[in-house]
Amino acid sequence: MGMDPRELESLLQAAKEQRGQNPWREAWQRLRTNAAARVSLYMLIAIGAISLLAPLWPLPSPIALNLSPEPIAPVAPWTEFGSDAWQRDAIWELGPMDRALVSLRAKLFGNWQSAPWLGTDTKGRDLLARIVWGSRTSIQAALAAAFCSLAIGVLYGALAGLIGGRVDNLMMRLVDALYSVPFIFLVIFLVTILGEYRVELDRRFGIDREVVFYLVIGFVYWLTMARVVRGQVLSLRNMEFVSAARAQGASTLHILRRHILPGTLSVVIVYLTLTVPAVMLFEAFLSFLGLGVEPPKVSWGLLAVDCTEALSPLVNYWWLACFPAGAMATTLLALNVLGDGLRDALDPRLRGSRP
Amino acid sequence: MLPFLLKRFGWFLITCWAVITISFVLMRSVRGGPFDGERALSAEVERAIAARYHTDWPLSRQYFQYLGPFNLDEQGATFFGGDGTRPLGGILTGDLGPSFRSRDFSVNEIIAQSFPISLALGSVALCMAICVGLAAGLLSALCRGGKIDVIVRLLATIGIAVPNFVLATFLILFVAFRFDWAPVAGWGGLQHLILPGLALGAPFAATVARLTRTGLLDVLSEDYIRTAKAKGLSPGLVLVRHALPGALLPVVSTLGPAAAGILTGSLVIERIFGIPGTGSHFVNSALNRDYTLAMGVTILYTVLIFGLNTLVDLTYSLLDPRIELEES
Repeated sequence: MGMDPRELESLLQAAKEQRGQNPWREAWQRLRTNAAARVSLYMLIAIGAISLLAPLWPLPSPIALNLSPEPIAPVAPWTEFGSDAWQRDAIWELGPMDRALVSLRAKLFGNWQSAPWLGTDTKGRDLLARIVWGSRTSIQAALAAAFCSLAIGVLYGALAGLIGGRVDNLMMRLVDALYSVPFIFLVIFLVTILGEYRVELDRRFGIDREVVFYLVIGFVYWLTMARVVRGQVLSLRNMEFVSAARAQGASTLHILRRHILPGTLSVVIVYLTLTVPAVMLFEAFLSFLGLGVEPPKVSWGLLAVDCTEALSPLVNYWWLACFPAGAMATTLLALNVLGDGLRDALDPRLRGSRP
Repeated sequence: MLPFLLKRFGWFLITCWAVITISFVLMRSVRGGPFDGERALSAEVERAIAARYHTDWPLSRQYFQYLGPFNLDEQGATFFGGDGTRPLGGILTGDLGPSFRSRDFSVNEIIAQSFPISLALGSVALCMAICVGLAAGLLSALCRGGKIDVIVRLLATIGIAVPNFVLATFLILFVAFRFDWAPVAGWGGLQHLILPGLALGAPFAATVARLTRTGLLDVLSEDYIRTAKAKGLSPGLVLVRHALPGALLPVVSTLGPAAAGILTGSLVIERIFGIPGTGSHFVNSALNRDYTLAMGVTILYTVLIFGLNTLVDLTYSLLDPRIELEES
């Protein structure tokens, strides 16, 4: 049954044109159709930019005390816009990039600073400035700890999945066992004990309390990541395209790099977006208990502490509760929504299996 | 089922031992013990402290004494209490040792005093989470796409994102101070549990509502539901007898983590509302370097969470015969 060569030619042409959809582009398209996730993404980008460029904004110093007897209620921008009262050195020690940003701010805005648009706290510090600067600490802590957990979890999970057999079984039983450890207790315990060595750690290894804190949190949150990565590696390892690659003579390293790691990337991204809010919450939790970030630095957890300390039935400092909580809730909400959206977009099979 | 439980228990013992050992080594090797204060202690006082807390023993001997009634000295290993000179002690006998700070109390006494309070708070929170979450999830699934559904889903998303201490602050600020029907802080009666329970349970109520909704929607599209409807069963009966048991499986599986989360969340909630539960004691002990108390509470909660997880796994396998216990 002969076939027309021209027909064959056109078939070949059609096959050439029919390129496989790039799964990442497909996922991006799915994500774009999800309005909530898209809005969350834009919001997170905005929050990230605001917090990264914190020294640039013409805000009052987040730590300059103004010992008025009463906190100032929020001032609408149209009643009082700002004043020329900014002092350059009323902030903790900054890195080179932040110093450059501060100089840029001085050039752009001079000594102008905003009025307390969101009010001040009981010590007279500007709330808006504290929220913006606090977001830096919180976001930094969340990212650092999330990446720490990512490194441990992916390494552990990939190793267990690749080795397989008894070792895999043992490694996963260990993870199961660790799930019943009340980590918050252990972390508090560790942070207080390591606190005794803070001077030494700082001098000898250059590790301050915050780094300890990231490491410890990262060490807590790797369990789910390890489980998920291992599951993914295990299912990918037995896929036909991996066998095909192996049959073609591809090396293990090549298979790992080309076929297995990209396959795990999607679940890793999803769990990363879900780990970040968890870690952020945890940082706030520990700071709230007086075990995390220390004054004069600000974090969202510390703002919540300030608020509960100012709670009293006689006076109503509602802005101390509403604005920091609003900022925290917005960020956490956006992260959660984006995480869910990413999960649905990247791996529709995972839908609804969030632990 | 028995081999599963035994295996689980074996792993649990290993975990517990690791937790105890690591914390013990850290605790005892730390410089600046709980007895270091502003004033230097007299030699006599120090001797008395050493006699009570055995701080003069070598670390290995202290470790075995903490672990169980083992006496490890120059003569080799023996049991304490054999000659009646020293009391039995150690975790193996259920004795968590003396508190380093509250000198007249043992850790067991402090836990015995405070744990019922935390348990009451946790139970109220968990009940609230389950009841509110189930009702909201059910309502939302039945009115899928309607106004109620949208509101419930919005509230659930917010509930998951708002930290419990923020919620507690809002409850105090806008409920307790405005209306007089729930006291702000303190401990005494059931009315003291309303606000803390609400703050503690809300995130889990949100999770339960979400899981109930998705679970129910998944199940309602199954063939056997259509069959049940085709048989002529009333919608209520279909829902209660056929849809709910399947839909609640994910809810059951979340109860273990939820209970653990409520236990740990009570650290902060107890502090805000001034409730003298185990959580407040734990935070204070960590801040005051009362290591034995901190360790005792950690061990207690390890046991508790392990028990809850195992219980949930067992329930899960009973509810869903497709699940095998060996698989995890």
